[in-house]
Amino acid sequence: MLMRAFAFAGLLASPAQADVAEAVRDVILPGYAGFAEATAALSASAAANCADQAALRQGWNAAFDAWLQVGHFRLGPSEIDGRALAIAFWPDPKGLGAKAQVGLMMAEDPALRDPAAFAEVSVAARGLFGLERLLYPADATFEGPGACALIQMTAADLARMAADLQAEWVGGYADHLLMPGQAGNSDFLTQEEARRALLTALVTGLEFTANERLARPLGDFDKPRPERAEARASGRSQQNVVLSLNAQQRLSKALVAASPQTDAAFQRAILQATKLADPMLAGVSDQQKRLKIEIVQQSIHAIEDAVTVELVPALGVGLGFNAADGD
Amino acid sequence: MATRRGFLAGLLAAGAMPRMTWADVGGPAYLAAAKAADGSFALHGLSAAGQSLFHLPLPGRGHAATAHPVRAEAVAFARRPGTFALVIDCGTGGLRARLTPPAGRQFNGHGAYAADGSVLFTSEVVAKGSAGRIGLWETKDYTRIGEWASGGIGPHEVRRLADGVLAVANGGIRTDPDDRAKLNIDSMRPNLTYLDGSGVILDQVELEAGLHRNSIRHLALAADGTLGFAMQWEGDASEAVPLLGLHRRGAAPVLCVVPEADAFTMQGYAGSIAFDGAGDQVAITSPKGGAVMIFGKDGAHLATHRRADLCGAAPAVSGFTLTDGAGECWAADQAGLTPLGRTDAAWDNHLVALG
Repeated sequence: MLMRAFAFAGLLASPAQADVAEAVRDVILPGYAGFAEATAALSASAAANCADQAALRQGWNAAFDAWLQVGHFRLGPSEIDGRALAIAFWPDPKGLGAKAQVGLMMAEDPALRDPAAFAEVSVAARGLFGLERLLYPADATFEGPGACALIQMTAADLARMAADLQAEWVGGYADHLLMPGQAGNSDFLTQEEARRALLTALVTGLEFTANERLARPLGDFDKPRPERAEARASGRSQQNVVLSLNAQQRLSKALVAASPQTDAAFQRAILQATKLADPMLAGVSDQQKRLKIEIVQQSIHAIEDAVTVELVPALGVGLGFNAADGD
Repeated sequence: MATRRGFLAGLLAAGAMPRMTWADVGGPAYLAAAKAADGSFALHGLSAAGQSLFHLPLPGRGHAATAHPVRAEAVAFARRPGTFALVIDCGTGGLRARLTPPAGRQFNGHGAYAADGSVLFTSEVVAKGSAGRIGLWETKDYTRIGEWASGGIGPHEVRRLADGVLAVANGGIRTDPDDRAKLNIDSMRPNLTYLDGSGVILDQVELEAGLHRNSIRHLALAADGTLGFAMQWEGDASEAVPLLGLHRRGAAPVLCVVPEADAFTMQGYAGSIAFDGAGDQVAITSPKGGAVMIFGKDGAHLATHRRADLCGAAPAVSGFTLTDGAGECWAADQAGLTPLGRTDAAWDNHLVALG
């Protein structure tokens, strides 16, 4: 089915079609395949030995790296059953995830033995951040008697969702993007809509990094909030910024190959983010380091500006007329 | 200036002729503002099947329209901060009147006619401080005849109930008169206010303190008098809050919760609200989240359907009619979305049902 879709796109490819087809072929499908593979490996590792923290952390980090390649595609399969939320429930300022996990362990909840029941557990308790709390435990609660079963169940649930995502992209959703306007495809009626969906994913991803991953720990100048950084326990806060930007740059290039301003803006932001040398973004509380984090944030906004100037006209679509306005 | 006055005078003179009714202009079921591919703006009349029957030029981006109950004329409100509203003769396409708020007032995007069409009510703010006002205009010549306090800050949508009572969504947000910047997010206190025929406050509903950043902005009315109100969350985006409430005077509001998996689907933003044709279900749309949610009148979440940039929502004979920013018009019900047809224009925020 998918091969046919590519053949179709290849034969009839006008320059306007290459963008979506390239993004699907070079970025999205390999991304979901990588995420499915990494989470399957993590789940196998947890099933084999839930006490081998070093191996589990390695597998978990690989899975998180893989998620950052596709986490910004908030469309189609990722929005079914709240999957994107369940995979990466952050931010969680009220600590809902930790509370729910403690509840599961204390109650020796049957969901710890039943994958179908676990799939119905609160999205806050599951996924990558659920596992982070178990693999980088802040206190003894997360190393208690129920922890092993919870690690295994959460890893298996994550792998299941990743496999479902990949299967649904390959089994139909990619075709919807590639062949808009066909009978039964109410997701995308025109080429423009498919392009706009991917442009939106790109901009949404950039905004998430600037407005959540960086803005949350930055807080106010008078009140920095280092404890709010994403994936702080595992020390991935900075890495998540860098990997997200890298993934979004690949998407941008797949959409519009010749976009020198956007490329330059990405390179500048990625270089600045890489040079922070601040794994947990703890520098938000230090005047000098804070400035550098703020500059990364500004550089991400500059990418958005470049996208508006360069990609929007090249793709012939803007962001949603109403989505961008609001009243 | 002389030319311009002459133009207006001509239009107003034309207005002295017998008026056409909605049936005379093809019996549109809906009105909606749109931006055309060439960048121009227009007010469209749509059939029940979602086809554009006519379109009339607007000088700038519209927000919502409100239709005269009998005469084929509609008021198109500019986006906030609104310095004008246009009364358009939908039969001739001519301008019936141009409404300008009194000095120091701004239109806030919505309005409603009295049941007999004799008075137009407009939601307004005092530009400085955003204190809410309801402007009153007689509709023979569209002159200003008075104003009431709206009962809060930053009123947005206003609806006339069957008994003549006016429901006002006081959004609670004080905005900069020039650039719409929000100035009081920490202290905002939206409310739903009911005003009688002389502007006296009959009832006011405020949400619990923890929801004081949930701006009540849009309203829909069911045939049995249930008022639906749609909200926009100005608090922390990581908090999931209800975006739809249902209210009957004298009772506590029912806030509609959604399943956890859908908690962030709307991105804290409801852009439009409508009851279905039967008055049994209510829908809210989110262009930011690219989705419509349908609820039962008991407040239970029934369905979520996804579609980029959905915003306009109105009752259909059966179910709902929705519009999106790509120019598509949709039939929606609990089962899903069905495309009705496309216009080469981006549908703006609101789809307004006639009759």
